[in-house]
Order: sequence, then structure tokens, then C-alpha cells
Amino acid sequence: MTPLLLAQIVLTLFVFVMLLNSAAIMVYVERKVAAMLQQRLGPYLVGPRGLLQPLADVVKLMFKEELRPRAADAILFALAPIISATCAFAAFAVVPFGAQTTLFGLLGEPLRLQVADVNVAILVIFAIASMSVYGIVLAGWSSNSKYSLLGGLRSSAQMISYELSYGLALASVLVVGNSLSLTDIVNHQSGYWLGFIPRWFVFLQPLGFLIYLTAGTAETNRAPFDFPEAEQELVAGYHTEYSSMSFAMFFLAEYINMVTVSAVATDLFLGGWHGPFLPESLGWIWFLLKVAALLFFYVWMRWTLPRYRYDQLMKFGWKVLLPVAVLNLIATAAGVLYFGA
Amino acid sequence: MLFYLFAAVAVIASLLVIAQRNPVYSVLLLIASFGALSGLYVLLQAPFVAVIQIIVYAGAIMVLFLFVVMLLNAPHEETQHDERVHPLRRAGPMRFGAILAGALLVELIWALSRSGGDTGAFDGGGVTSVRALGQSLFTDYAFAFEATSILILVAMVGAVVLARAERRGADD
Repeated sequence: MTPLLLAQIVLTLFVFVMLLNSAAIMVYVERKVAAMLQQRLGPYLVGPRGLLQPLADVVKLMFKEELRPRAADAILFALAPIISATCAFAAFAVVPFGAQTTLFGLLGEPLRLQVADVNVAILVIFAIASMSVYGIVLAGWSSNSKYSLLGGLRSSAQMISYELSYGLALASVLVVGNSLSLTDIVNHQSGYWLGFIPRWFVFLQPLGFLIYLTAGTAETNRAPFDFPEAEQELVAGYHTEYSSMSFAMFFLAEYINMVTVSAVATDLFLGGWHGPFLPESLGWIWFLLKVAALLFFYVWMRWTLPRYRYDQLMKFGWKVLLPVAVLNLIATAAGVLYFGA
Repeated sequence: MLFYLFAAVAVIASLLVIAQRNPVYSVLLLIASFGALSGLYVLLQAPFVAVIQIIVYAGAIMVLFLFVVMLLNAPHEETQHDERVHPLRRAGPMRFGAILAGALLVELIWALSRSGGDTGAFDGGGVTSVRALGQSLFTDYAFAFEATSILILVAMVGAVVLARAERRGADD
């Protein structure tokens, strides 16, 4: 076993554990930020400043009873949370989060800070995102409950509608970046214009970035697009009938999907690990900072904006977002043709 | 080795699709079969086609299938009573289906005999690059591409017209 392979395996495990941790951190951040926005204290009893609250939540979830409605479809009911969580973890595998490193000279060859370097990475992310619909839809259907079914149907309609805009926003970036590999696209964004403006694609694709963020929010079923679990209408939507750890898996999947969408946005639009002041080998700090900023934006948005109405969501997705995304792609392609890539 | 794994999954899943009573399971098994096909494309050095297979078939089309199956909510309830009345289960349609299946079998055997059974290794050199794929699609195969697009557009318009006409009929 070569040191590089060993390092790759360790890296894979590390990413897996960090994704789990990121979900725990996000739960804490979400509750704290929500409390701050609502002038409450938020969790403060467990550990210093309530920092151990996620741990307490996990312990509580583990000791809860695993319930299944008698009329539910046993196989699919068990399968649905697994699909959700698997898709969430799998999507992050192709996301690069730092420049090549030799771990301070420990390794002979440089190691890529990425679980799998696929040359069609963007499409892989898109494919896995389109597969993650199944987890929610099947959860809704197999529970054999009207709230779950409605939540599942809504989410599939919503995700199909916004997937198109999501894909077109990705397409406009890869037209500018002239590659399907995320590593290439990030490297394309190094350096500065006029000496001080970073060459991030967000400045070339401001509209694309907005479309990506909007569609990404809808894809991850976050407020103001959280229809699949609109609690006032649907109790808890597709996971109404789930309890204990299978509920935790949906919860985990939601937060990991947020992290993945933010990480991909960082790679595509915000220059990935490129940033001033820090050497290339410490670029992952920039990457983490940018992802954290986007995640904060996510939470901020949830506690600021009210939920839309369902028909408004559909109307917006098909009649505003999609045409704008198509026009943006055409304009981008024309610009690249005219000015050269 | 991997080829046999993917091929076995594809064949078994496809067979199980038609052996299921519950249409939701059929749809899921079809997705599994598409996933296995996508694995075969990866083995053929065509990652782009593999990912597109997942996005278009497993991701987009099958979600719509599942959507329709769930909305119609057909599972389990297909009892013996249904089987007797169902128009597709009468002798005429079943004979027609048998003829179609026979024709397909003959075609398959003919196609296999033409290739002499030797499928050989696939030369994936040109297809791995998305650029090459796009270039051949929009130059050599431009006519086929545009014709397919128009066909799909016509089908889409037709579906919309049919759906709207039905609703107008219901209103009267």
C-alpha cells in the first residue's frame, strides 16, 4: 500500500466524518442564529454556551423508539432515508476543497484535496442531486399517510421544476470555465483583474450565481422554499411518520445537502480555495470561510423570509427563473464566442 | 469482472420490472437497471454518457414515471376482478403483444447474426471528450439531432393539446 493511497483513504474517511460533524455544527448554528434573530437565548444549558446541544440531540434520537405505521410499505419505508443520506454524502465526493498538498513533505507525490477527481464532476453532482429526489418521494409514498404523500409529491414537483434552472446555471459556468472538471474551474479563477478584483466567476456570472443560489435553496428544500415540510399544512411533510434514527438520516441529509450546495457554489463562483493573504497550501481555510459564509446566508434567509405559496413557487420557477436562466446561458455563450474564452 | 456484475444487475432488474405486481417497485427496479447500464458506460470509457444516462433516464424521466404512478395510486388493488375486465388482457391485444414480442426476438437474432456475435472492444477514444461529442452531434449528425428535437417538440405540444381538450370536455 503506497503512502499516497493510504493518505487518500484517510482523506476519504476524514471527509465523511467532517460532513457528519458539519451537520451537527449546522444544527447548533441554526438554533443559535434563529434565537439571535428572534431575540431569544437559544440552547445554553448543555455544555458551555450550549455547544454540546447537538450531541444531546443525537443521544436523544438514538434512544427513541423506531416507529413504523402498520400500513407502510416496509422495504421502501426503510430504504427512503438510506437513499437520502447516501445521495447527500455521495455528492460531496467530487467536490475539491483545497489545492494539491504533500502534507508538509510527508508524501512523495502531491495529494489532491478531493475524494474522487472525476473529469465530469459537475454532471456527477447534478446526477446525484437528481437521484436524491427519490429518497423524499419514496418516503412520502411508503409512509401511507396523506401528509407524507402530499409532501413527497410537492417536493418531487418542486425539485423537477428547479432542477432545470439549477442545471442551466451550472451550464453557464462551465461555458465560461470551459471545463466540466471542478478542479479546472477553480484553477481558472486564480489571480486578479486590474490587480485587486479576484477573478471569481461570480463577477462574470452574477445572474448565474443568483439563479444557482435560488434553485439550490429550492433543491435542498430550505425556507422560503420548504414546501415538502410546510408544517402548518403538512405536519412535517415527507418525514411525518419517521422517528428516531431514520428521521435523523433525513435531517442529516438536509444539512449535508446544504453544505454540498454551498461548497459547489464556492468552487464554481467564489474562486474555491483561492484568496489573498494565505499561501496556496492553506487555501482550504479560505474555502471553509466561504462555505461558512454561504451557510450563514442560508440560515439567515430561513429566519427572515416567509414561505411562498405553492402556486407562487411553481409560477416563479417556470415563468421567471427558467427563462432568465436560459437567457443567461445564451448571453454567456454569445459573450464567450465574441470575446473568446 | 465488473462487466458481469453490472450486466447481471441490469438483466435481473429488468426481468423483475415485469414480474412485479406493484408498479412503484417496477419503476424502482427500472432505475436500478439504468444505474447498472450507466456502470457499463463507465467501463466503456464513456463517463459523459454514463452521467447523462443517470441524469436523463434515472433522474428526470423516471421521476415523472414515479410521479404518475403515485398520483394514480394504482398499487396492490389490481385484483382478479380488474384482470378480467382490463381491455389489455383480452385475447386480441394479447395476441398482438405476442406478435410484437416475436418480431422483436427475430430482429434481435438478425442483428446478432449480422455482427457475427463479435461485438469486440468499443473504441471510446472520441466519445470521452465532451467537446468531440458536441462537435459530431452538431456537424455530422445535425439533421438527426434537429429531427429528434422537432419530434420531441411535436410530442410535447400534442400532450398539452390533448390534456387541455380533455379538461374542456369535462367542463361542458
